[in-house]
Amino acid sequence: MNAPNEVATGSLIGAAVRRKEDARFLTGSGRYTDDISLPGQTYACFVRSPHAHARIVKIDKSAALKAPGVLGVFTGDDLAADKVGSLPCGWLITDVNGQPMKEPPHPPLAQDKVRYVGDHVAVVIAETYWQAKDAAERLDIEYEPLPAVVDAVEALRPGAPVVHEQAPDNLCFRWSLGDKAATDAAFAKAHHVTKLDIVNNRLIPNAIEPRAALAHYSRAEDAYTLYVANQNPHVERLLMTAFVLGVPEHKMRVIAPDVGGGFGSKIFLYPEETVITWASKKINRPIKWTAERAEAFLSDAHGRDHHTHAELALDKDGKFLGLRVKTIANLGAYLSTFGSSVPTYLYGTLLAGQYTTPAIYVEVDAVFTNTAPVDAYRGAGRPEATYVVERLVSTAAREMGIDQAEIRRRNFITKFPYQTPVALTYDTGDYNACLEGAMKLADVAGFPKRRAEAEKRGKLRGLGYSTYIEACGLAPSNIAGALGARAGLFEVGEIRVNPTGTVTVFTGSHSHGQGHETTFAQVVASRLGIPIENVDVVHGDTGRIPFGMGTYGSRSIAVGGAAIMKALDKIEAKGKKIAAHLLEAAESDIEFKDGVFRVAGTDKSIPFAQIALAAYVPHNYPLDKLEPGLNETAFYDPTNFTFPAGAHICEVEVDPETGEVDIVNFTAVDDFGNVINPMIVEGQVHGGIAQGIGQALLEHAIYDKESGQLVTGSYMDYALPRADDLPTFKVDTRATPCTHNPLGVKGCGEAGAIGAPPAVIEAIIDALAPLGVKDIPMPATPQAVWRAIQEAKGRAAA
Amino acid sequence: MTTSVSLTVNGKPVSAEIDPRMLLVQFIREHLGLTGTHVGCDTGQCGACTVLVDGNAIKSCMVLAAQMQGAEVTTIEGIGGPNGDLHPMQAAFKECHGLQCGFCTPGMVMSAIDLVKRNGKALTEEAIRAGLDGNLCRCTGYHNIVKAVQLGAAKMQGV
Amino acid sequence: MYAFEFHRATSVEEAAALLAKTQGKLLAGGQSLVGAMKLRLSSPSSVIDLGGIAELRGIRKEKNAIVIGATTRHAEVAASPEVRKAIPALATLAEGIGDRQVRNMGTLGGSLANNDPAADYPAGVLGLGATVRTNKRAIAADDFFRGMYETALGDDEIITAVSFPIPRRAAYLKFRNPASRFALVGVFVADTGTGVRVAVTGAAPCVFRVTDMEAAFTKSFTPDAIKSVRVDPGKLNSDIHASAEYRAHLIGVLAARAVAQAAK
Repeated sequence: MNAPNEVATGSLIGAAVRRKEDARFLTGSGRYTDDISLPGQTYACFVRSPHAHARIVKIDKSAALKAPGVLGVFTGDDLAADKVGSLPCGWLITDVNGQPMKEPPHPPLAQDKVRYVGDHVAVVIAETYWQAKDAAERLDIEYEPLPAVVDAVEALRPGAPVVHEQAPDNLCFRWSLGDKAATDAAFAKAHHVTKLDIVNNRLIPNAIEPRAALAHYSRAEDAYTLYVANQNPHVERLLMTAFVLGVPEHKMRVIAPDVGGGFGSKIFLYPEETVITWASKKINRPIKWTAERAEAFLSDAHGRDHHTHAELALDKDGKFLGLRVKTIANLGAYLSTFGSSVPTYLYGTLLAGQYTTPAIYVEVDAVFTNTAPVDAYRGAGRPEATYVVERLVSTAAREMGIDQAEIRRRNFITKFPYQTPVALTYDTGDYNACLEGAMKLADVAGFPKRRAEAEKRGKLRGLGYSTYIEACGLAPSNIAGALGARAGLFEVGEIRVNPTGTVTVFTGSHSHGQGHETTFAQVVASRLGIPIENVDVVHGDTGRIPFGMGTYGSRSIAVGGAAIMKALDKIEAKGKKIAAHLLEAAESDIEFKDGVFRVAGTDKSIPFAQIALAAYVPHNYPLDKLEPGLNETAFYDPTNFTFPAGAHICEVEVDPETGEVDIVNFTAVDDFGNVINPMIVEGQVHGGIAQGIGQALLEHAIYDKESGQLVTGSYMDYALPRADDLPTFKVDTRATPCTHNPLGVKGCGEAGAIGAPPAVIEAIIDALAPLGVKDIPMPATPQAVWRAIQEAKGRAAA
Repeated sequence: MTTSVSLTVNGKPVSAEIDPRMLLVQFIREHLGLTGTHVGCDTGQCGACTVLVDGNAIKSCMVLAAQMQGAEVTTIEGIGGPNGDLHPMQAAFKECHGLQCGFCTPGMVMSAIDLVKRNGKALTEEAIRAGLDGNLCRCTGYHNIVKAVQLGAAKMQGV
Repeated sequence: MYAFEFHRATSVEEAAALLAKTQGKLLAGGQSLVGAMKLRLSSPSSVIDLGGIAELRGIRKEKNAIVIGATTRHAEVAASPEVRKAIPALATLAEGIGDRQVRNMGTLGGSLANNDPAADYPAGVLGLGATVRTNKRAIAADDFFRGMYETALGDDEIITAVSFPIPRRAAYLKFRNPASRFALVGVFVADTGTGVRVAVTGAAPCVFRVTDMEAAFTKSFTPDAIKSVRVDPGKLNSDIHASAEYRAHLIGVLAARAVAQAAK
């Protein structure tokens, strides 16, 4: 972060430019959904199921309707009467038998049955929020409670309560990837087999801005405006209009204004915004809904929740021969928007990791339970895959007495492109470079000394490794489509050059903390050779942006940035035509550099701003051959995924008396390809690592197995990392530029959350190995660590 | 059933008849339209609603507006200079990239100002991390927030 | 939050009269009450604000005791030169309550009247053998804490101050709940000069003394003194964060470490 603060012109690629958006966030001028108010606005309160599973016997609205200020009370029957459809799932999985996954309906308000605590039963709309909330308590709902199942493993057992009649065994699909016969053959010739049973703990995303929406219907225009805390407003509009409400798409404008973090949880089409949009026409008033944090815990899509048995076959030298994985994935009570893609194509495809494992077979059972829907949360499938692979690799190294770095080096992929046995083709990478860099930065060489010093103080130190890979830059639309995606995965960029040469960029990517207004401006300013102050970036509004697929899967710079580059190509090409005319030269002789169009090899030139002016004041202009104006739009569809990768090393100190774990060092050296703004990239890595450490040490969404209640339903019981839970991170990058997008970038948003968990857990196991501890569950809370120590002591004594 | 309350907010006297249920944060956001102070939870843990009352950081979602009789309340909108200059702590957050989505930021900045006021030059990294125990951030991993508070502290003391 | 009437009291007498008349709830800093009302767990018809009563706030030394007014903020106790000099363990305790914002608003009297099973102050009050003063009487710490959220306070009784006798040495160690940051287990150890008191919060429905440890520490104020003392998990809390067995174990670890710290 040594680069200059204010760089007027020249290349800003690689510069730590301070963020343009900060001015408003730092002064309280940000505009988040709940900050926006419309004249005549009313307030919605959702009535949620107190039961994990129950039949709705009757709902009596009469008392609630008579309560002060109430304007409407609506239930699933009201939506059904208006032919409001089911919330769709965006990815169709085909099972091992070639059959489509089971897709039970997901009504925005429950019909007949509720299927998890927090499920949406009714909405009450009133003049004030207090009135809505008071009236909600007067809604008389009679339930017939039914047996419930919250655990995916339990849900598969014969006789388990049935969540949906359409899936009598609670199985949404059984899916597989890889060559089973080849994998079995690899195990048959193995010198050593490492086996692990792994639980990837269920998490709740917890963006600090709760979900919120403000819906407005204009009778005069027969059109809707929806402000919503969302990561992909065009997708939100498409799904809501075409699939659920049956409203023409052009009659709805979706605005995702400033959004206070998403981490996946704001990708999806949720019941709340759907219902208030529908209801805003019913009552002909704007309706605002802002989630209380308690509602967020209950009804934001949760993440992870896998039970896995995994086996790694090795030869006598520690070379990997085969990997066999069986996973049971909890989908929750309903298929969320991308819920089916997470434990399949975002998971199984990553099981090769950074290694040359020749044979891999994975089978996934995706299961309905009486819990909140599970969908993409930072990393989405890739943290689960990385946790399986890295825990196996580290465990195998321990079992075979091979050094942790050495076993990785022996198995790293070193030749690219590399076709994995699980469908992906890695374009480029240098895994040794990241590992070596991380070992140096983490001072692995000095670790034995630090361990000995800690031991003198009665503390145990350990070191854990994780060399991860992820697939980002989602996605080539044709490949995704062949695999079941029901949407394209391109991105859109529009470059609007104003007559004076300043530029407004419209992007289909959405920034909810990632800093696109700065990073994208750097790209555009550098390419056009204009000051960054002359570039503004607009995002999050279907009324202003041509189209967009939004922000998730670390795709913004790799796909959204590429679309902008493509639009800039068109701007440059048209600019050359205009310049050729003005400079009376052949178009092929015009070159563009540092903001100036020039006749090659001469001093004849014309600056970008004058070309812009000529385009809008076309007095001297080739009107017979060229349209006026300088405004270009491009759609970019990637040809491959990108493959960010890196090495994370965690060093912990454990208090064996209390079980407390202190992360004393965390090092990450990542390869994100080219870096546009290292300050922002480092910030993304920090945040990802924090969430990864949160998963490893603190966070766990727990449902009570008997009652189906969410036990961790507030910050009193769900431990979100605070400043003193985390260390200062040591981060660095190495670059092998992506080979197939114009910026050579790979994406960095999820890396920390993917790489960190196994490094942390392995560090704890390494620290406790002298006591005989072989495994530790996530989250490794003090109690969990203390228990593992007691059990190891018990085993030793027995 | 209303009650009256008189206080100053960002130096301006305000009097109002309010529902006793009104929380200070609702008074600030809804009655005064100062939406820089945010609400991120219901149980007083996230700290996004932090404001200064008589110079001390408190959570405006955990006090009634009626309790603020005679108090001097300062929000994120009230700490900058008259010409829009950033407070040294705000400037430090920008310089150190101490914010991403910006939602926790106003509360974080207000807490940091209180922290520096109480601890002055004794602010080690450990003290800053411990001192931010009332503010949750989900974006930054706190790494750059800690750096920002260090820089902000130095700037506030004219170092 | 449900609707209620709001009253601002200007004296203890007025507050007591309002309390008797309305059967309402006293509001000091509000860091527990407002939260409970927001979640609709508490629904008083009247709230009587004590914030304007100057006589309830302040810290002073009286003979061999530190007397702290009921509406004194945690942050004021933590920063008080008198407290830091006379009973540093009490300042440390106050410095670890909740978080920065809670400490700036929350009060000693509010914490004691609420008697949350995981609150810190009850451990300090019981551990130091303090006396709770009310508008009616003085209540010894051993008589004050009656059970979960239960105290000896009468319906129209208001805590005015707490008198903490200055110990020879003392320490408070808290093992925090990783989520709420309340005490999973908090142990206050005080060598009063006439004996050792050990008070534990967070581990059971109500703060309690560990008499076996007290006897052992009275004989020898060293960590090893309690090596053979076992805390019975039978009466301790068990939840997702800590089983009764783990809490029992932590009480021993923290008590020994607290003694080591106090003996320094």
